[in-house]
Formats: sequence, structure tokens, C-alpha cells
Amino acid sequence: NIEKTNLLKMGFKRFVQVGRVVYINYGPENGKLAVVLDIIDNNRVLVEGPTTGVERQQMPLKRVNLTDYVLPIQRGFRTGNLTKAINDFDLEGKFNSSSWGQRLSNRQLRAGLTDYQRFELMLLRKQKSYLLKRAVAKAKKAAK
Amino acid sequence: KKMAIREFIVVGRKEPSEAEPNPPLYRMQVFARNEVIARSRFWYVLHAARKMKKTTGEILSVNEVVEKNPNTVKNFGMWLRYNSRSGIHNMYKEFRDTTLCGAVEQMYADMNGRHRARASSVHIIKTAVVKAEDTRRPNLKQMHNSKIKFPLTHIQPRASHKRYRAKFVTSRPTTFAG
Repeated sequence: NIEKTNLLKMGFKRFVQVGRVVYINYGPENGKLAVVLDIIDNNRVLVEGPTTGVERQQMPLKRVNLTDYVLPIQRGFRTGNLTKAINDFDLEGKFNSSSWGQRLSNRQLRAGLTDYQRFELMLLRKQKSYLLKRAVAKAKKAAK
Repeated sequence: KKMAIREFIVVGRKEPSEAEPNPPLYRMQVFARNEVIARSRFWYVLHAARKMKKTTGEILSVNEVVEKNPNTVKNFGMWLRYNSRSGIHNMYKEFRDTTLCGAVEQMYADMNGRHRARASSVHIIKTAVVKAEDTRRPNLKQMHNSKIKFPLTHIQPRASHKRYRAKFVTSRPTTFAG
């Protein structure tokens, strides 16, 4: 418990621990979520993401971003139990509704726009800019 | 994960002759990159240990040993013999990995980095899976904590693929991830 308070005093809120959900940001599993099942050493963990298509494997911590979610699982949980824990926790729902998840889905949306949609987007941005500038100018005038 | 070093079991014997129709078999565990090198190492050791060589003997089988359970983390103890610049020494090292071949790769890298002992100067005497309570090295023992947790104190952000690396960046990186 002293450990825990010391770590928190240092400002760390996310830890590499059994059950931590991680976002893989490099390599063949780039872009997927996985769960830490065991810690090999201070550079590698054993992860698996049965619902996102990550096979059970070693993952270097360099390729990983820690999320805020920790599943209540035991070290070395088998795939079946892990899937159940993920579904009970509603990991997909929680992550997709979080700002991180929404940023990712927006990015995907943007990447998948057609040329016409990009044109429509450009018009909408012009409109937004126009309305914003008008509102700002009005506020400035009122403030004087 | 594709292993660079693989484990082979090589079984060989002296060629049977009239004087000795059933020569004894010798089996050896070899860590090598491929079967060809495994066979070569077999003869290297057997030639030194017994009176036989490639021309006077035969290899009966070479089988690759695949890790039985690559999804559990194990502690491997390794007994080695290596040539330093001033002599030959024995050593015991421990590594934590999911497969024996992964631990052997770590060992070669470790010997190279710490002792400048290239792979050709390192001989593996024995390898074994060691129970957590029997490990001797503190850097392994520190991982034997059922409630282990640690933060990523200093992350170095990088692009998700080489092609997305920026040539020039306008802001300094943040190494704090939470």
C-alpha cells in the first residue's frame, strides 16, 4: 500500500498490471485493444485480445499505450474466461464511447470519406467558420 | 512469433561395422538456427567427446522441439561455459520468457552485451525451467509478485509506421503517458 501511494504521489495513474487493457500502437496488431494476462519482465507482457483479434502473444511495452481500464481477471486467464470478462465489462462499449475511442473512430471516418463527402465537409467548415467569426465580432462590439 | 534460434534433438551413432554391429546411440539437445547447423554442432561435440566424426558416423534423426506451451511465462535457468579473453569460465544465468528458445536468444544477447562473448564462444551445458521459489537472481525474483504493477514512467512516442515519421516536428515530445 505504501508502494501504491508512492506511485500515485509521482503522478502515475495507469499501471502495467494483470487485467490492464492496452492499446497496441505499432506492429502487425496496430490499432487493436488487448488485455495484459501476465508480465514477463519490465519490457514485455503477455497479452491477448480475443474480441479484437489479438492472439495470445508476447508484446513489448514499447508498442503499447495503457488505457484507463483494468479488468478484474486473474493472471494467465484462459481465452474463454477472458472473453467472458471482456463482455461482462463491456470493454468495447466503454472504449468506443470514451474520448479516445471517439477520436479513433473519427479518424477512421475521415479516412473513409469520398471526394463528394470531403467537398460537403469543406462547405460545412466554411459555414462554421463564418458563424463563429460573426459571433466573435458581435461579442467584441458588445464588449466595447 | 518466429524464433531465430530453434531447439533440435539430434540422435546419431558411429557407423555399424563388423566388429561393432550395434554401436551406442547418442542424443543431443542443440540450439541452432536451422537443421544444417544443428547437425554440424552435433558432430562438433561428438567428435570432441567420443571417437567418431561425420565421415565415420551417421545421424539417425533430427527433430525440432517446439515449445509445448508458449503462452505461459516461465523462468529458465541456464548453465553455460564460455571463453573470455583470459580463460574459460562456467556461469549460471536466469531468464524469464515464454519459450525456451526465446530465453536462449536472450542469453546469447546478454552474454554478448555483458561479456563480449560471441555465440561461438558460448556453450550451453544445461537448460531447465526453474520454479519461482528456486530462482537465484534478483532481477527475476522482482517479477515474482502476484500483485505486481508498475507504471510506464518514460515513454518515447513513435509513429505507428515508418512511413508516418515526420522529417521535422514543431513540438517537443511528451514522455508522460499517465
